[in-house]
Amino acid sequence: MGEMEELRKEMENLKDQITAARKTFQDSTLQEAAAGVTVVGRVQLKTRKTLRGHLAKIYAMHWGTDSTLCVSASQDGKLIVWDTITTNKVNAIPLKSSWVMTCAYAPSGNLVACGGLDNMCSIYNLKGKDGNVKVMRELAAHTGYLSCCRFLSDTEIITSSGDCTCVLWDIETGTQKTVFAGHQGDAMSLGVSPDFKYFISGACDFTAKLWDIREAECRQTFGGHESDINAIGFFPNGNAVITGSDDATCKLYDLRADQELLTYQDSSIMCGVTSLAPSKSGRLLLAGHDDFNVNIWDMLKAERVGVLAGHDNRVSCIGVSSDGMACCTGSWDSFLKIWN
Amino acid sequence: MSNISAPNSSLVLVQKAVKQLRLEASVRRIKVSQAAAELKTFCLQNAQKDPLLTGVPSSDNPFRPPKSCILL
Repeated sequence: MGEMEELRKEMENLKDQITAARKTFQDSTLQEAAAGVTVVGRVQLKTRKTLRGHLAKIYAMHWGTDSTLCVSASQDGKLIVWDTITTNKVNAIPLKSSWVMTCAYAPSGNLVACGGLDNMCSIYNLKGKDGNVKVMRELAAHTGYLSCCRFLSDTEIITSSGDCTCVLWDIETGTQKTVFAGHQGDAMSLGVSPDFKYFISGACDFTAKLWDIREAECRQTFGGHESDINAIGFFPNGNAVITGSDDATCKLYDLRADQELLTYQDSSIMCGVTSLAPSKSGRLLLAGHDDFNVNIWDMLKAERVGVLAGHDNRVSCIGVSSDGMACCTGSWDSFLKIWN
Repeated sequence: MSNISAPNSSLVLVQKAVKQLRLEASVRRIKVSQAAAELKTFCLQNAQKDPLLTGVPSSDNPFRPPKSCILL
């Protein structure tokens, strides 16, 4: 009993130490650093394409690295690979389980993955010999729903789950390489760093965690949100993390200063953030909300500089293409829209 | 997960939590002023390469067919 008491005290001491250490490095704010920067002018993006074809709510989308193809997942039980320029469907893949919550495109363009309430991550080979798209692997071990997945390569993928863990898988053998445990609530979203060495996860314990993939450990934990974190992404240079929460705000955390730099909030925004994506330079933050809109923020000045209003239901997913040319939104209204 | 708690399982959990907190406490930090300055610089240096920020002329926009003039 005595040891337990001591350990709990040490836990509290360490938490206080971290808070104090962060404060000593807080010699300024991002507001001060950006004081001389003019707010971005009003950003007005137009819908250039509408991708029609899904018959039910769209839950996820992910751009291919060529900035032309993208994959979307809908609870109509289909994964569709789209050519966003022609709006043609390159592949329409029927799923075993229609309760899909996430999808991902491999950097090579050879594979796509999806998963959801079946607790599995299914990998599909788009470039099979006979031209048919088939399930290549079913990665099963999570004891909760699959909330997000992202490929590191054609042989490795990282998943996040409602069982509170994230897992690094070996796709060829279908086995777990590393289990990243630590979140105290459902892991809802993940993002991989530009150098592929780290990933970040956002969870229902209101925290975001930075994980070292090869060392298999959590390096940093960021708090501050007052509700579930639904969306997470890296700032383009890999040195900062952006989170979106049910508390209707987005936050920017710097990894090297180990603390929050800014909160993006407005009293008129009362609906949770479902998805987010930074623009190529990181200057703009696009955040999808439950209220059917996407808010566009000037990331340095924390001012709202635009709104994308075009969907008739919740915006569930958003992504900016690698070349930064366009933003794609997916909605419960069953449509995807391409904007620039 | 087994419901049979070994006598020390909650102790092990707290020991793990303490170990993790020690790791997180020891991270090397830089000043916010430096971090913020570098974020600002990155944004400004890459602004011209950010099509959503600068806008895309229709002739360069792959999502917009270029308007052609028909001479009658």
